[in-house]
Amino acid sequence: MKYGGKAVQTVAVAPFSPEEFEMIQRLIRTLVGAAVVAAFAGSTAAQDSKVADELAKYREALADGNPADLLEVKGEGLWAEKRGPKNASLEQCDFGLGPGKLDGAYAQLPRYFKDTGKVMDVESRLVHCMMTLQGFTKEQATKNWFSKPGTESDIEALVTFIGAKSNGKPINVPATHPEEKKMYQIGEYIFYRRSGPQDFSCAICHGQNDKRIRLQDLGNLTTKEGAGTAMKTWPSYRVSQGAVWTMERRLIDCMRQARFPEPNYLSDSIVALQVYLQKNATGTVMETPGIKR
Amino acid sequence: MNKKIAITFLCVALTQFAWAEEKTASGKSLSKNPVSAEAEKVFRDSFRVDSPKYWSQRIEQDETMKLCSQYKDNPPVAVRQKIELAQKATIRYPVDGKLLGDWKEGEKIAAHGRGGHIGFIQPDKPMTPRGGNCYACHQLAAKEVAYGTIGPSLHHFGKIRGNSDEIVKYAYDKIYNSNAFSACTNMPRFGLHSWLTPEEITHVVAFLMDPESPVNKD
Repeated sequence: MKYGGKAVQTVAVAPFSPEEFEMIQRLIRTLVGAAVVAAFAGSTAAQDSKVADELAKYREALADGNPADLLEVKGEGLWAEKRGPKNASLEQCDFGLGPGKLDGAYAQLPRYFKDTGKVMDVESRLVHCMMTLQGFTKEQATKNWFSKPGTESDIEALVTFIGAKSNGKPINVPATHPEEKKMYQIGEYIFYRRSGPQDFSCAICHGQNDKRIRLQDLGNLTTKEGAGTAMKTWPSYRVSQGAVWTMERRLIDCMRQARFPEPNYLSDSIVALQVYLQKNATGTVMETPGIKR
Repeated sequence: MNKKIAITFLCVALTQFAWAEEKTASGKSLSKNPVSAEAEKVFRDSFRVDSPKYWSQRIEQDETMKLCSQYKDNPPVAVRQKIELAQKATIRYPVDGKLLGDWKEGEKIAAHGRGGHIGFIQPDKPMTPRGGNCYACHQLAAKEVAYGTIGPSLHHFGKIRGNSDEIVKYAYDKIYNSNAFSACTNMPRFGLHSWLTPEEITHVVAFLMDPESPVNKD
């Protein structure tokens, strides 16, 4: 892979090491075993709590060796590496706190940026910097915006690194600028907008307390608690997908699950939904990178 | 462009005046989202223009969807009644008139949650059958522990209610068009959208009603 005639060095990172893979496999076996045992034992309520307990244990054990940590290291390398037609690093990229200032930057996004006149989330801002600082075209910068088996994603690695710089910081998106406020309202509109062959909206599953779909707990994203629990752990390693997912990836997949077409990457509706969710989650302390089902 | 937005804002601000006095069923005042028109445009503009037509149709809204969105699924009584009446009129029945199908088929449909996913990233394979995905939201047979709680438990549905013609018809109608009974419910309108065929719905009804079905037996 070459950019601007200069060979690019990337840190070779497998999604996870053989040991970690074995650990995950072992845990999955334990989980399935526990679920089967639960299915034959006791009352429904007892089954429910047993399965929930096992799921909690499973998550806890996984958190000890989060494969996202490796992606974070890769992202740190990419951040400082001179790349692109301009042979420049991303170190001067401004996420709203000043050029190169990353501590707590993720937690205060999306926000309004004067230089573009737009409300941008971490991914749209990152792509903006890859274009302006490094000289990539938008197409080059976003070609692998998410990883597929055999194809890694620089954006995933960079966002994991940038996100981790907000670990322990409270989410802070008050949406006080008029453009941010408007994006919040647009996000709220989309959250409640029903359509498609299943009459879905985000609110159908995420507008009430203490509900679950199958065994998966559903957060009420209209509340601080629900939105906070959901938002604080992104980007997150998803065991079921074998990859780290960014918030854009997550939200675009929500649309797919609702049986809608996929919104474009970096589209305003995805940014608006993030403003809505981050404002609702404001005050919640970040725990990222996360690990999820 | 800015002028256009300004005009939109003005129009929305004016219409908002008319909405100010509306009350929801729970008595809470509800004002329309002040940026609805612009938000709708933002939403529509976020999809690829070269999508197949049947994809784009999935973001279109019928009157019920529009009203439910506007009232955040909690419309005032008059709107609620209007929706329920209109939706009742959409219900169609199988040609042979039989509303009780094969509960074993119904059990499969209730458990099956795939089908109908579109897009470029993870679409379902063409011809993937669409499931009812009932367990996503409802408890049904006691042996299935992985059930959701968005909807009420339907365990012992027939056992509790008996299997009179009225109950059978209610179950069929509710699955065909849930909004005929409770406007803006979370439950999809399976028959109206042809997500399930009338025949498939009769199988799910049998799964709910048949004394031999695990919904009622265990």
